[in-house]
Amino acid sequence: MTLAFDLLLALALLWSAWRTLAAPRLDRAIVLFIAFGLLMALAWARLAAPDIGLAEAAIGAGLTGALLLDAYGVLQRRRDRP
Amino acid sequence: MKRFAVICSALLFVGSLAAAMLELAPAAIDLRGPVAAHLAASGVSHPVTAVLLNYRGYDTLLEIAVLLLALLAILAVVGEPGAARPAPAHPVLQTLARLATPLMIVVAVYLLWAGAFRPGGAFQAGAVLAAAGVLLHLAGLLPGWQTPRLRLRLGLAGGFALFLAVAGGLLAQGTLLQYPPALAGGLILLIESGLTLSLALTLAGLFLFLSRDEVAP
Repeated sequence: MTLAFDLLLALALLWSAWRTLAAPRLDRAIVLFIAFGLLMALAWARLAAPDIGLAEAAIGAGLTGALLLDAYGVLQRRRDRP
Repeated sequence: MKRFAVICSALLFVGSLAAAMLELAPAAIDLRGPVAAHLAASGVSHPVTAVLLNYRGYDTLLEIAVLLLALLAILAVVGEPGAARPAPAHPVLQTLARLATPLMIVVAVYLLWAGAFRPGGAFQAGAVLAAAGVLLHLAGLLPGWQTPRLRLRLGLAGGFALFLAVAGGLLAQGTLLQYPPALAGGLILLIESGLTLSLALTLAGLFLFLSRDEVAP
């Protein structure tokens, strides 16, 4: 059961990483990156390193994701208003 | 043809990486034994916190200095724009942010306290507090930050200064950051509390100093 979960997690990590890089639109890539960060936090927890998992969820997925979304918003506004 | 070559070389690279991983030699030194043996004298009962704040305290000290330097670099790069008024968000989002913020503060204090005996600690607590600040800003309840004044500067540098003061005070014993076992627990909690506040302000500052850019015209 846990093996199936781990395999599924590994596959989801690889898939979301690939989709993040290959996404044609920037906003989708950012949301996929946040999802990738949350899956990564789960993977750290499965590797018995909950400290790193907590830091990854808070900083890697949360704060970095918010910064990227903010940067995307600024870029959009600059494009709309030349 | 080109794509075929790229895929082949990428697969080859992945294969060699996997082979290297499988043949990894065991670590030359095993520190788990010494860490567990001296845990009683470290002042905390969670090995990760013991390593971060006690055995390798100066690593953490320098990490905080690096984070502070990163924020100073950001402050130097973003010039002196006008005050940014955040666009008011949807009322539901504002209510949710108002409800979530006290919970996030409680979670941060819990993480700080729990760091002594289970996963948690100053970095995670600071990140949760910073996330609360970012959430309030995105909901339009907290304006972006201007050039920091005295109070904010004290808060930003306080954790590092406190850590440095403790290190300097302990230097009288001869070694940098070697806590006396009787005081270790209290000193670590004191340092972690200061670090949590400063880290929260620094991480939130990465967002709030930068996002004072143009808002909806």
